[in-house]
Amino acid sequence: MNEHVKSPAAPRTLPRESATFDAYTLSEIRRAAATGIYDIRGAGAKRKLPHFDDLLFLGASMSRYPLEGYREKCGTGVVLGDRFAKKPIELKIPVTIAGMSFGSLSGPAKEALGRGASAVGTSTTTGDGGMTQEERGHSKTLVYQYLPSRYGMNPDDIRKADAIEVVVGQGAKPGGGGMLLGQKISPRVAKMRTLPEGIDQRSACRHPDWTGPDDLEIKIEELREITDWEKPIYVKVGAARPYYDTALAVKAGADVVVVDGMQGGTAATQEVFIEHVGIPTLAAIRQAVKALQELGMHRKVQLIVSGGIRNGADVAKALALGADAVAIGTAALVALGDNDPKWESEYEAIGSKAGAYDDWHEGRDPAGITTQDPELMKRLDPIIAGRRLANFLSVMTLEAQTIARACGKSHVHNLEPEDLVALTIEAAAMAQVPIAGTDWIPGLTGRF
Amino acid sequence: MCGIVGLFLKDKSLEPQLGALLSGMLGTMCGRGPDSAGFAVYGAGEKGETKLTLRAAEGYDFAALAAKLGDGLDVTTRGTHAVLAVPAGREAEIRAKLAEIAPDVTVVGAGARMELYKEVGMPTDVAVRFDLAKMTGTHGVAHTRMATESAVTTNGAHPFSTGLDQCLVHNGSLSNHRTVRRNLEKAGVKVQTENDSEVAAGYLTWRMQEGRSLGEALEDSLNDLDGFYTFVVGTESGFGVLRDPIACKPAVMAETDQYVAFGSEYRALAGLPGIENAKIFEPEPAKVYFWDRAAA
Amino acid sequence: MNASTQSHSFDLAAGKVRDLNAALHALKDGSNASLWRVSNPRGLHAVAAGLDAPVTVEIDGPVGYYCAGMNKQATVIVRGNAGVGVAENMMSGRVEIEGDASQSAAATAHGGLLVVRGSAGARCGISMKGVDIVVGGSIGHMSAFMAQAGTLTVLGDAGEALGDSIYEARLYVRGSVTSLGADCVEKEMRDEHKAQVFEKLKAAGLDGQVDPSDFKRYGSARTLYHFHVDNASAY
Repeated sequence: MNEHVKSPAAPRTLPRESATFDAYTLSEIRRAAATGIYDIRGAGAKRKLPHFDDLLFLGASMSRYPLEGYREKCGTGVVLGDRFAKKPIELKIPVTIAGMSFGSLSGPAKEALGRGASAVGTSTTTGDGGMTQEERGHSKTLVYQYLPSRYGMNPDDIRKADAIEVVVGQGAKPGGGGMLLGQKISPRVAKMRTLPEGIDQRSACRHPDWTGPDDLEIKIEELREITDWEKPIYVKVGAARPYYDTALAVKAGADVVVVDGMQGGTAATQEVFIEHVGIPTLAAIRQAVKALQELGMHRKVQLIVSGGIRNGADVAKALALGADAVAIGTAALVALGDNDPKWESEYEAIGSKAGAYDDWHEGRDPAGITTQDPELMKRLDPIIAGRRLANFLSVMTLEAQTIARACGKSHVHNLEPEDLVALTIEAAAMAQVPIAGTDWIPGLTGRF
Repeated sequence: MCGIVGLFLKDKSLEPQLGALLSGMLGTMCGRGPDSAGFAVYGAGEKGETKLTLRAAEGYDFAALAAKLGDGLDVTTRGTHAVLAVPAGREAEIRAKLAEIAPDVTVVGAGARMELYKEVGMPTDVAVRFDLAKMTGTHGVAHTRMATESAVTTNGAHPFSTGLDQCLVHNGSLSNHRTVRRNLEKAGVKVQTENDSEVAAGYLTWRMQEGRSLGEALEDSLNDLDGFYTFVVGTESGFGVLRDPIACKPAVMAETDQYVAFGSEYRALAGLPGIENAKIFEPEPAKVYFWDRAAA
Repeated sequence: MNASTQSHSFDLAAGKVRDLNAALHALKDGSNASLWRVSNPRGLHAVAAGLDAPVTVEIDGPVGYYCAGMNKQATVIVRGNAGVGVAENMMSGRVEIEGDASQSAAATAHGGLLVVRGSAGARCGISMKGVDIVVGGSIGHMSAFMAQAGTLTVLGDAGEALGDSIYEARLYVRGSVTSLGADCVEKEMRDEHKAQVFEKLKAAGLDGQVDPSDFKRYGSARTLYHFHVDNASAY
């Protein structure tokens, strides 16, 4: 044996962390071992996924002519649900607010969403737990979600709504139910949901009185009868098999199909579900659009896409790939003030940090948004927060218009897949657009 | 995802009306399955003869095909389908010959008494195209399809037949059909389409090849087929129903002295004679129901 | 019915469900209480759905899915069987089925009374939120799954997994129970419960026919109200 091996001065390799057993994985194993329960959190998939950032627009130059910004019109309006409903919805901008429940959000937060959306002419959406006065009163256009648990569901509210969204699933958990832990079942939430105060609420994964598109058709007929065929009926699915699910939603009679990718948020779900079930938003759009096109229903049954939409570029890209509108959830909460660095010390005090806080179900949100704590709730001024959301929605719209004009479009809906190229093979395959500088679209010979 | 109807007659006097009754039942289920439709009817059979139901493109000359096969085989054409009567002992030989001289013709079903028709389009139109209302027989099943994960094609339409006089229609969605399909392939049972329901039909055929009765084969499927399903199956002399243990997909049955009838919804049964006084019930989950003329 | 009751008839063989419902929806709270006789329902769906007036609707024959769905105030009587989800999400009023009801009867219903003279299928009272249900015959599997509030009174038997994941609803069953679902247990039948059963039977017009003492009471063991690792398999 060589003497120098034993010498303390001998060279050694650096400590090496496993890429497989990385620090997060190790912390999760320790957490599971200590508690015996899976990790529950809010928000959507946090892992790195192929996304809209991997796409670029081909602006106009010689072969195409751009429109003059601010002067030459670039329309952003969208009509939703004119297939069967007597009263379709008209939005001024193609960005809507996704369903988020009263219960997961505070009353003032719901009010702020309504104020912000109404100010710029778009809609908000209820969530599991019924309709509150805060949101109906402050939302010019309100979509009422029809969920498996039917908490707070009643015909008066359904008639007060402007549209009904039958929720089959959501991107964070296609195939799963909900879980709202006890800390947030406040007296008011408990009363609205007919549950004992303070308990852990379980939510069903299937609707109690229909299963499958053939029975959904009959359910939609009932909802239309109850509302005298006035309201558009949306069907929302979590992105998993969007080609089939979109076609089936159309056959079941939907006016609007909402496809939510795996980056789409949730109030509280198993981490394993959020990160391992479903497909990215980018991968879902073309499949859904293909189903609509094959049925001759593209732009007749509208497609709303959600899950990880953050700015006007994302909006423009989703529309170019064939969506009629997008919905935002997480971005809207951030616009209201969620995860704001100004609460950094408080985030740290509860073991998180600004920008990473996702334990929305615990009800301890320092920003006062995802909570039912009366003291924390006071931190959110619904008027100021509503204005912030309105500003953000305006910026998104202006950005989308900027891109559309640069591509020579007088309406954002005239953006098309051929205006896009991809930076990565993954994004090119998912969005079915060529790699920048080539005419190569990977996977185009496959089924989709 | 679909609508199913089935009718099994106990009373011979109703046999001339089988097609008319089945056609009425099928029409009510259009909404559940607007993509395609199909039906199997168990009519008259000649001893020692097997009926092959063939399908080809619109306007295909089946008479010319029969002439080419020689031996004066009897053929009856109905739209895109035709029933070719062949001596039972020569079925394999004639199938082989068909494959050779008419590769564009598909054998959709075979049996002593079963005839099987299916086509894409609105179910009521499909029934008219094949003149279902005029057919006679002892029992029949019919299906309207809302395609879930396989294409809207004639081949994907129900019923599926993978054995003599056997047919199956399905409402629901199987969650392990890819694995079952692979196992069937190993066992030598050929599943032609991408459709999960054909896998179920093939599974039952395979179990019966292994010596199980239809009832036993249905029992076996409770262990081996996962997902949501209501099956209605026909054999030369029998009619069976099975729902999965969760039993979310709808099923209503009516029984009188004259018949046993199945519908995905009551609407399908509303026009049957004497329905006002029928025993109406919903089949229990995971319970095999079977009616057999031979036993009656 | 008092003498001033106005009577209407509607033939579903001639008119559409949509027209019937539109006419019934046009009735306002203060309008004369009226009686509507509906013929030839033939298993049609959403018959008398979404009513919100103190009207009585008598349907002469079997109905399809979601009859009297989301009912408020109205009395809906079905002289036949009812399909899936009869009186789903009912808020108030009374729905009576003379025959059998299919699965998910009174699913998620918040109030009112559903009487099924025959038997009810699977998932009777699923996620019920305050409704009273009285079933003359038996009920199918997974009945009162996630039942939150209200009462389910069954004169016959109950199928598998009764009251699985139940919250605060009360279940009274006179006959046998094939099996109880997770967190559902038999509870003591005290005088107050017998009185409650009597009250529900009376509301259903079944008082005097059976003895409230014959019923057993089932409800939540409340072990799933707060997650505990040792109960994980029950979720």
